[in-house]
Amino acid sequence: MTRLDVRKTYKLYINGEFPRSESGRSYPALDSHGGVVARVALASRKDLRDAVRAARMAVPLWAGKTGYNRGQILYRIAEMVEDRIETFADQLTLGGLTIARARSEVIRTIDRLVWYAGWCDKFSQVYGNLNPVAGPFFNISAPEPTGVVGVVAPAEPALLGLVSRLAPALAGGNTLVILASEPEPLPAITLAEVLETADVPGGVINILTGSPVELVPWLADHMDVNGLDATGAAEELRIRIDQGSVHNIKRVVAVDDPDTQSPFLIAAFTEVKTVWHPKGL
Amino acid sequence: MSSKAVVPVSAPLDWQYAPSRESTGIVALKERYGLFIDGKFRAPLSKKYFPTINPATEEELAEVPEAGAQDVNRAVVAARRAFDEDWGSLPGKERAKYLFRIARMVQERSRELAVLETMDGGKPIREARDVDLPLVAAHFFYYAGWADKLEYAFPGLHPEPLGVAGQVIPWNFPLMMLAWKLAPALAAGNTVVLKPAETTPLSALHFAELASEAGLPPGVVNIITGAGATGGALVAHPGVDKVAFTGSTSVGKLIRSQLAGSGKRLTLELGGKAAHVIFEDAPLDQAIEGVINGIFFNQGHVCCAGSRLFVQESIHDRFVDKLKRRLSTLRVGDPLDKNTDVGAINSAEQLARITELVEAGQLEGAEIYQPECVLPRNGFWFVPTLFTGVSQSHRIAQEEIFGPVLSIMSFRTPEEAVEKANNTPYGLSAGVWTQKGSRILWMADQLKAGVVWANTYNKFDPSSPFGGYKESGFGREGGRHGLLPYLKGIGL
Repeated sequence: MTRLDVRKTYKLYINGEFPRSESGRSYPALDSHGGVVARVALASRKDLRDAVRAARMAVPLWAGKTGYNRGQILYRIAEMVEDRIETFADQLTLGGLTIARARSEVIRTIDRLVWYAGWCDKFSQVYGNLNPVAGPFFNISAPEPTGVVGVVAPAEPALLGLVSRLAPALAGGNTLVILASEPEPLPAITLAEVLETADVPGGVINILTGSPVELVPWLADHMDVNGLDATGAAEELRIRIDQGSVHNIKRVVAVDDPDTQSPFLIAAFTEVKTVWHPKGL
Repeated sequence: MSSKAVVPVSAPLDWQYAPSRESTGIVALKERYGLFIDGKFRAPLSKKYFPTINPATEEELAEVPEAGAQDVNRAVVAARRAFDEDWGSLPGKERAKYLFRIARMVQERSRELAVLETMDGGKPIREARDVDLPLVAAHFFYYAGWADKLEYAFPGLHPEPLGVAGQVIPWNFPLMMLAWKLAPALAAGNTVVLKPAETTPLSALHFAELASEAGLPPGVVNIITGAGATGGALVAHPGVDKVAFTGSTSVGKLIRSQLAGSGKRLTLELGGKAAHVIFEDAPLDQAIEGVINGIFFNQGHVCCAGSRLFVQESIHDRFVDKLKRRLSTLRVGDPLDKNTDVGAINSAEQLARITELVEAGQLEGAEIYQPECVLPRNGFWFVPTLFTGVSQSHRIAQEEIFGPVLSIMSFRTPEEAVEKANNTPYGLSAGVWTQKGSRILWMADQLKAGVVWANTYNKFDPSSPFGGYKESGFGREGGRHGLLPYLKGIGL
């Protein structure tokens, strides 16, 4: 007797929970041959607003953690991804990668997480400094998190691209609302399951699956989103993001190659704060 | 008002804490240890061993090898080979992963290592558990992250490791000093021969076992045990490119002269006689806790101990009274008891040195105060001690005692406090207590010390540089700056 396999339901990841879309909608995730692999939630603008609210609520918790603590959690994410290399690799092959290339993408994802884990308690030592002002003052500048950051993940690489955009903003102390790759959403939801078991507090990272064309304008216009990584957004959406960013002067970042690692990307979603204090009796 | 009878309070209650002793069952001691060279524990070519004891009981814990010149040579050769063939050319991100792994394994075995540290060194288990071990893990974790980011650490410096580092560490924080030495050296791509102190060799040897379990390639870390002669042979070995020493100023000077003309890179973290300055506007209860922590933490076996207290004259008597009251509540005794505040003195030799200096303090005319205190029969102990009426020229105001002994002096103006605080050949650390921020920063500018703690004391973090001015040594450990001594640089 053959056993009937139990299939996973792919849901959203908001505030540390896995709800379906409030709209009750879903869409088929296809493999590279056009076959239906699974149905995933098609997030609505209400889901997006819920995700932003969860991210906002999580800001004091995440930004308030020490860099050391954030580093430990990013490292823990890497440990948990390492534990699921085969699961991620299988999902990536559905998008057309060979198993060898899929595994290599997962391994590079893990190394990227470890790399950013190490930055958590170091980037302020590289981007902060004492300013030698001409007077009896102690004057120090240090970067602080920007707040809530939206991420439009690139369509591909579905996992490495997503993690490469997520990690620097997270390392810098921001909380995130992520729109996963529309054609390949499965690795993003599996990553959500990893995050949930990697000591990432609920609400710090929220992941939505759905249509960027539908959701990006709401993300771009949202007054409680402080920064936006537009790397994964198509040309016409980039313009829409720039327009939306005007309302609350969002910090918009986009890199040419989604597979880029740099401490400058951490700095991109930080605000430099300078403190003056007199010296004297 | 009700007329209920009030329970009369007669004599103060004479009550004791119930003992809360940490079990030593978690530590698997060997009868005899080997030298950790080239990835294996090896019997010493010298064929010599010496015992290491528990200073709280004087019981022998184990025998460890006394590495001779041939053993030192073997370790340096192994480290050189590992540097040339393996570690020196390993990509930074792979070195990082080894160090992250070590950090995690220290976390996993922290209870065992904390108990071992207390057994071999005499420090209270509360401190080994809550201070030493968390900092050890954090230090490896912090420097792990630097291993593949060195090009960001110093603008314009193309980062290259030096080669083989010979490192000699003291007995006051055995595993923490090991972490401070190994983590930056390995992150920067060097290989290491490390010698722990002769009275506290065990945690380093257990760490060697851990490093081996972590899969660290053979020869990258070598641990050799022994006393001064072993350390001397290590730093003088021509195959050593860089020497890092933490210990007394007198040995530091010896090493400096040994290395003269050798071209070896050197960092020294030496003694201290830190000034702890209390202004009249300080939050006094917090300052009392800071002063107590500053001098009695780890029995005062701390190079940055706040051993000279300067109290503003207007509050001197009140502050000293408070301090005496607080002193009487310190619990001295079994280091394995979780209630213990002050543990055992590390060795008979150190106890003799403390006793000699305290006697000198009395002979020179300072007034001694010691609370009533019942000390255990076996082991090495010293009652927490205060001296008032100390003058600048007294030996107890000038020499490092490295024990639970505080010398108290007074001052009237901030300028006088600075003058007195800086009146020492040392310059490792200082403490300032005042509510006024501008005065803290003014004091920090004036004090010739590598670390200045304001309204706190004895705070450590892997991201924060530590090291001294003047005869407290040179070079910094911790932080971005802690990498520099392990990288090729210009004019260093």
